[in-house]
Amino acid sequence: MQQFANLFRRLDRTTKTNAKVAALADYFREADDQDKLWTMALLSHRRPKRTVNSKLLRGWAAELAGIDLWLLEESYHVVGDLAESISLVLPPPERSSDRSLSEWIAIVEQLGTYDEDGKREAVTDAWRELDTTERYLFNKLITGGFRVGVSQKLMTRALSQATEVEETNLAHRLMGNWTPHTTTFDELINSESATDNISRPYPFYLAYQLEQEAESLGTPDEWQAEHKWDGIRGQLIVRDGELFVWSRGEELVTDKYPEYHPLAELLPDGTVIDGEILPYANGHPLGFNVLQTRIGRKKVNKKLLQEAPIVLMAYDLLEVGGEDIRARPMSERRELLEELLETHDTQGIVLLSPIYEFSDWKDLAAERETAREKHSEGIMLKRRNSEYKQGRKKGDWWKWKVDPLTIDAVLLYAQRGHGRRANLFTDFTFGVWDGDTLVPFTKAYSGLTDKEFNRITAWVRKNTIDRFGPVRSVKPHHVFEIGFEGIRKSTRHKSGVALRFPRMLRWREDKPKEEANTKADLLAMLEMYGGEDL
Amino acid sequence: MGNLLLFISVTNAMALLEFTDRGIYCARADVYIDPWKPVDRALITHGHADHSRWGMKAYLSTHSAGPVIKYRLGDIRLQTVGYGEVTTINGVKFSFHPAGHIIGSAQIRVEYKGEIWVASGDYKLEDDGLSEAYEPVKCQHFITESTFGLPVYRWTPQEEVFADINDWWRANAAEGKVSVLTGYALGKAQRLLHGLDSSIGRIYTHGAIENTNEVIRAQGIKLPDTIRVSKEINKKDYPGQLVLSTPGAVGQPWIKKFGQISLGAASGWMTLRGARRRRGADRGFVLSDHCDWPQLLEAIDLTGAENIYVTHGYTAIFSRHLRTLGLNAVELETEYEGELAEMETKQETMKG
Ligand SMILES: [Zn+2]
Ligand SMILES: [Zn+2]
Repeated sequence: MQQFANLFRRLDRTTKTNAKVAALADYFREADDQDKLWTMALLSHRRPKRTVNSKLLRGWAAELAGIDLWLLEESYHVVGDLAESISLVLPPPERSSDRSLSEWIAIVEQLGTYDEDGKREAVTDAWRELDTTERYLFNKLITGGFRVGVSQKLMTRALSQATEVEETNLAHRLMGNWTPHTTTFDELINSESATDNISRPYPFYLAYQLEQEAESLGTPDEWQAEHKWDGIRGQLIVRDGELFVWSRGEELVTDKYPEYHPLAELLPDGTVIDGEILPYANGHPLGFNVLQTRIGRKKVNKKLLQEAPIVLMAYDLLEVGGEDIRARPMSERRELLEELLETHDTQGIVLLSPIYEFSDWKDLAAERETAREKHSEGIMLKRRNSEYKQGRKKGDWWKWKVDPLTIDAVLLYAQRGHGRRANLFTDFTFGVWDGDTLVPFTKAYSGLTDKEFNRITAWVRKNTIDRFGPVRSVKPHHVFEIGFEGIRKSTRHKSGVALRFPRMLRWREDKPKEEANTKADLLAMLEMYGGEDL
Repeated sequence: MGNLLLFISVTNAMALLEFTDRGIYCARADVYIDPWKPVDRALITHGHADHSRWGMKAYLSTHSAGPVIKYRLGDIRLQTVGYGEVTTINGVKFSFHPAGHIIGSAQIRVEYKGEIWVASGDYKLEDDGLSEAYEPVKCQHFITESTFGLPVYRWTPQEEVFADINDWWRANAAEGKVSVLTGYALGKAQRLLHGLDSSIGRIYTHGAIENTNEVIRAQGIKLPDTIRVSKEINKKDYPGQLVLSTPGAVGQPWIKKFGQISLGAASGWMTLRGARRRRGADRGFVLSDHCDWPQLLEAIDLTGAENIYVTHGYTAIFSRHLRTLGLNAVELETEYEGELAEMETKQETMKG
């Protein structure tokens, strides 16, 4: 584990891409094959199965640290990460360990076969011999989800440097349905043919957000414009009479969407389509929240299929007749996609994402304004002569998102932040007017500068009306402009609405509280843009 | 309105010290400790901006804290006393005792007819070799900070931290990079200087830090040799050397002149991964002039006090924990700000 902990420290300590790649490449040169394989798995979200629930972990950690459970919970609240909180509250290790990463993972996987006492013994034994960083990693192996800011792409680059296998070949080989239990390092890295795994998708090409003026992109005729539909990006593969559906998170989701299953027969072998898994009925996309009801479910029943039907909104064609056509220009791929869908009836399962023809950027800007009503996130711009690249690359593909919805709201409650910000009030609840009372409707945490947080903190201290645990109610006075991406009806929220991605856009010191928006304004927005909370 | 009024009930009207919206107050002697609003007479624990503020008619501090307080606050009426020396005002005995936080920092002991209070300001138990080392003071009422009053905060011994810092400097020097290390101008900067290995290279300082160094050297305290960063210095002189900077200067154009740098930050907050990442430093070193969790508990135990008043930091959590230990602990709302305030003061930005 020491070798892996060193890698983690080197990765964690820098934000510079080159330093991260160098650290990984060094590791891939030195570590043994099984550790390398597991590291690749962890960095591509292939984790060992969860074998202990976090409630048990908390109890054991508090006991070993000699503190009350509530103190551990409070620490967790401040730190924001359970694995890290536990690694820090435990007393210093009693001994050190030279077990490798794979050996520790084997131990974690074994835990599932033990009873509760056995689990406790194994976990607390581990804590006694691991240092703070190693404990953190060990805990993460159990609880899952550690982020070190290494994308699949960076990992592939480092692996390529260490193994001298070409990066694009590696990218292809690393996708697909492998785990360290089903393959070896050698098999994975050196498997020659791309067809030895017919499910293997192509890396997605991702667009950058357009920050500059659209006009600066050049003349409209160089560009293809279409809506950026608000679903889940997906890749649909038909090879050897079998169907595979991948989501952008490189997750195989074929079983979740039985609507697509007839496509194995309806589309020819050697077809790969890039598109959007989109909830859709009666000729219209439904809101993203409709799709959300299906994301977490492994099994889908009839009721769900009726309430949340989906189609594939096709954007692009990557493989036709078994040939990889990603290097051909966008315009040509689009023609081939249209031809494919004209010659093959998909019974309405695959739709062609309509292209919006425009000769003036102003026309397109106007179309973008309609995005929210159409349940799209804005406009996608693709250069007509662009290849289908890998990952996020600047220049050829842009997403031109619709501006956020905004509402002016009054600050009602404040709560302290985490970590370095524990001395500052950073978590706020806002209200809108309902007659002459203010009703809370959303929380927001981000969007202010450090200076503004400092100022509002001083103000909160002096204007607290009441306290409820960590929350303080403050004198209604300050107005903030809240930006958000969507709104829907919600039975779980007191105000009856829930916002998507709310944040503070501006502190409106120019506005008296009386001029904040009203509940009626909020309901009007719900009427216009909202979906039902199912 | 004073939000401190909430706590008046716990300190009955006859209490020796009370908590007002101007600061900690001794009515019998009519003096305040570390007040944050203008008052006639103020006893000051140490020179950090949140404890030592402008606008008091008269100040009292330790001899060794005096020069920096004067330097920061300008033309004030300041009297100084030695550690342990007793000043009696209307029968109340006041004395200053080492707090180990920064040079000259003190806990203020207040005694009247057998009732003993200690206001500890900011403090740490580990002897940094530069500040007067912390000494426990027995009392019945103890006022403590709780900047790092959470069990996740446990410091590693300073020798190990300085070994890491010096290794980092050496590695940067080998790559021809400039090591830029940040710490607030008063306290952390001198402690870093004290622990740096001058045999690795030259140490340059930001103006705000060097101004404070000059004040401290003038009072007869030895610090390693440093060079003030200035326009006259040839940019080719910097690679391989170390620059000690205030955290605030890092975001400024000032930093550009050093070329290829590695940025290190030294603070207790660097314990947490989230804080390390938000700071954007290449390296975070966990080094604090405040107590960690075990030190706070040890200090409270050493005072023998049963009444604990918890100021700036994780006040609610720490006082709740003390109550589970059977102590009579309450949280206080003050305007002390802990390490945040120590990182930057108006003085530093003005003179920097
Ligand atoms: Zn201080
Ligand atoms: Zn303080």
